[in-house]
Amino acid sequence: MPCQEADIRRMNFREVAIGFTEDQALLEAQRCISCKNPTCIAGCPVEINIPHFILSILKHDYVAAADIIRAKNSLPAICGRVCQQEDQCEAKCVNAIKGTSVGIGRLERFVADYQIDRGEFATPFIAPQTGKRVALVGSGPASLTAAGDLARMGHKVTVFEALHRLGGVLAYGIPEFRLPKSIVGIEIRQLENIGVEFVTSCVVGKTETVDELLDEEGYDAVFLGTGAGLPYFLNVPGENFAGIYSANEFLTRVNLMKGYKFPEYDTPVRVGKRVAVLGAGNTAMDAARVAMRLGPEKVYMVYRRSRTEVPARAEEVEHAMEEGIEFQFLTAPTQFFGNTGGWVTGMEVINMELGEPDDSGRRRPIPIKGTEHSFDVDTVIVAVGQGPNPLVQSTTPGLNTTKWGNIITDEAGLTSRPGLYAGGDVVRGGSTVILAMGDGKKAARAIHEYLMSNARFTNT
Amino acid sequence: MPNRILEKSSIADGVCRFTIEAPKIAKKRKAGNFVVVRANEYAERIPLTIVDSDLERGSITLIVQGVGKSTRLLNSLHAGDELADVIGPLGHPTPIDSFGSVACVGGGVGTAEVLPIARAAKAAGNEVVSIIGARTKSLLILEDEMREASDELFIVTDDGSYERQGLVIDPLGDLIFEGRTFDVIYAIGPMPMMRAVADLTEPYNIKTLVSLNPIMIDGTGMCGGCRVVVGGKTRFACVDGPEFDAHQVDFDTLIRRNRAYAAEEKIALERYESEQVALLEGLV
Ligand SMILES: Cc1cc2nc3c(=O)[nH]c(=O)nc-3n(C[C@H](O)[C@H](O)[C@H](O)COP(=O)(O)OP(=O)(O)OC[C@H]3O[C@@H](n4cnc5c(N)ncnc54)[C@H](O)[C@@H]3O)c2cc1C
Ligand SMILES: Cc1cc2nc3c(=O)[nH]c(=O)nc-3n(C[C@H](O)[C@H](O)[C@H](O)COP(=O)(O)OP(=O)(O)OC[C@H]3O[C@@H](n4cnc5c(N)ncnc54)[C@H](O)[C@@H]3O)c2cc1C
Ligand code: SF4
Ligand code: SF4
Ligand code: FES
Repeated sequence: MPCQEADIRRMNFREVAIGFTEDQALLEAQRCISCKNPTCIAGCPVEINIPHFILSILKHDYVAAADIIRAKNSLPAICGRVCQQEDQCEAKCVNAIKGTSVGIGRLERFVADYQIDRGEFATPFIAPQTGKRVALVGSGPASLTAAGDLARMGHKVTVFEALHRLGGVLAYGIPEFRLPKSIVGIEIRQLENIGVEFVTSCVVGKTETVDELLDEEGYDAVFLGTGAGLPYFLNVPGENFAGIYSANEFLTRVNLMKGYKFPEYDTPVRVGKRVAVLGAGNTAMDAARVAMRLGPEKVYMVYRRSRTEVPARAEEVEHAMEEGIEFQFLTAPTQFFGNTGGWVTGMEVINMELGEPDDSGRRRPIPIKGTEHSFDVDTVIVAVGQGPNPLVQSTTPGLNTTKWGNIITDEAGLTSRPGLYAGGDVVRGGSTVILAMGDGKKAARAIHEYLMSNARFTNT
Repeated sequence: MPNRILEKSSIADGVCRFTIEAPKIAKKRKAGNFVVVRANEYAERIPLTIVDSDLERGSITLIVQGVGKSTRLLNSLHAGDELADVIGPLGHPTPIDSFGSVACVGGGVGTAEVLPIARAAKAAGNEVVSIIGARTKSLLILEDEMREASDELFIVTDDGSYERQGLVIDPLGDLIFEGRTFDVIYAIGPMPMMRAVADLTEPYNIKTLVSLNPIMIDGTGMCGGCRVVVGGKTRFACVDGPEFDAHQVDFDTLIRRNRAYAAEEKIALERYESEQVALLEGLV
């Protein structure tokens, strides 16, 4: 995929991957052999008819190709950019067995962008109105997908979002240079066009509870797509010095509040000369690359396991390395130091070695005694994972959760309460955009069946 | 959501009172709750206590002291203007029961935060003794409202320009030394004041609650920017608080964290002020 040069892009927030030209897309599409039994489809959680849309590309009918994707996936321009294709559809492509998979994600992005550029959206089929109303909590990919499907099934749907901007992690987490916010806005407008209603700045559990939505506001079912937005910290000494951010805070300041444009925008964000990012997942990678664009001398990525265990997408790790981020593998922080003003000035770390595999199947990191050493940093970004925000769970009686606070559902997304469904990160813990969308899709189907059956009326 | 400013008035030097249309929040809010407000597309999200609400009008009352760019920007708005976002009610409501005797201590704009608590404590059948203070007479707010909400009211000014000269801990200390007992004390104001109250009441083992004011962003537990140390543990003030046991609070950490962006705050304020000047000059 063509990209902006590393030493230019590390200075700006413009999109890194430039996308296929028409010729490149046609060339790539020719690599698809239109399998009789297309294994790639099984790799896509929302079951896009991949060979079919690629065939439309070969016919130069790019808008039709985009509409084929839209039949299953209401966010193609987003998935084409951030989907973990290498673990999904592309992992299952027959070409992958012999060599390189067809670049399905890139083709998806190409047709979605083509359609957006021309504004030629087909009017989607919308079933006759059922008179049923569904509330969706959170506006991340899980809710957006469920909202689109439910609206097409003829239900009246409203999405309630706590923040002032829609999109969940797509809006506040994933940075502009990987996913332009204008793209998120356009995909959301498509949903508005089919009647999805959005309410921002409404914190469910505070502004209104799930039970009020059901009993007082007359919603017939509720879907919870509240994500995993509660940041974890390391609980090592000195973690509350100023300049130590959770990745959520750092990314929110930059992406949601546009801190990189301070003082045009009011919310400040500060990176000094040396930044350390703790962790090596997608979130850590984004935080490090955002930090790099704010102009420090050095950005370190401190990870307690080795390169092999890095959970982030390979492409993002490569991009990060190209942009000059220095990885310190097998290293774990033990404490932070600060100055009298309370700002972080340094950290102490210890070297690690890998022992036996743990529950997750990855080899457990073990500290090597006596290897403690310190170095100077003036900004630290903690990206060691996050859990579900308990606001909804703690105000919804009868909703069962795991001991970590994740909502428990059955295969179809039904929670322990009738009429109440959930999906995405709030159920899975940190996962991926496309799996959250898959959950939204399944839950929409289950909610539809629930609303159209008489079961709920015989009980009341 | 509307978020229209229905009324605005100035109640002291640099302090304004706003009535804002927010029917859902008005219905839900309890003493101790706050909202997060974003004035416009470019603005920060800042926390402000809900001072009062009016169910019939579907409105809430906020009182804002202009200390930096965001609060001055708010105070420059007028009735009829709309705020980009008003989010809430956030935070835990103040735990209020019929305890017996309570003291409500408000310093500066903290008086606005203490007023709903005093009212709720009174409504719950407590005897309410209030102490409010300000640097100088022109900065004192809500005297009448606090008098009405309390059985006894003491007023102090730092410079003696009104009522007793001194700090809020002076009358509070006197009462305690005289042997008055309080089942709980709520103290809200500048950090040094809250710390002084905590230091005063700790030896007497009087339960004391303070409302902490760390820098917040989302106000929903998502960023961790508002973390405070209470009883040796890190808590998120927006969802675990904002009120905490004063004797357990690590004020030093909080004070330091709140100074983190002093340089940027200065830039923002200077830029705002020069824009205001330019705007005025453009008009003449
Ligand atoms: C920085 C970062 C980078 C990532 N990069 C990738 C990537 O490249 N590819 C990929 O596939 N995945 C990536 N992920 C993971 C992916 O973004 C998530 O798995 C996905 O967004 C989960 O979707 P969701 O719909 O479950 O919830 P979210 O996207 O988390 O959205 C939840 C929404 O619910 C709102 N909410 C929460 N509580 C309430 C409430 N009480 N009331 C109202 N609203 C509420 C939140 O404000 C939020 O907007 C990344 C994650 C992060 C944090
Ligand atoms: C739960 C809560 C309730 C609050 N209720 C009210 C209220 O009812 N009325 C009111 O006027 N203010 C209230 N505040 C304080 C208010 O949010 C801050 O004054 C405001 O965010 C400052 O923004 P600014 O841009 O105007 O000032 P800045 O330029 O950001 O800061 C100016 C000065 O204020 C200090 N400061 C910065 N952020 C805060 C903060 N969050 N709290 C206190 N001081 C801060 C800075 O250290 C600096 O010295 C409350 C704060 C919290 C956390
Ligand atoms: S949505 Fe993701 S998994 Fe499905 S085809 Fe597109 S890139 Fe592949
Ligand atoms: S598996 Fe690969 S080659 Fe076969 S249809 Fe799918 S994309 Fe084309
Ligand atoms: S303000 Fe973000 S967690 Fe409290």
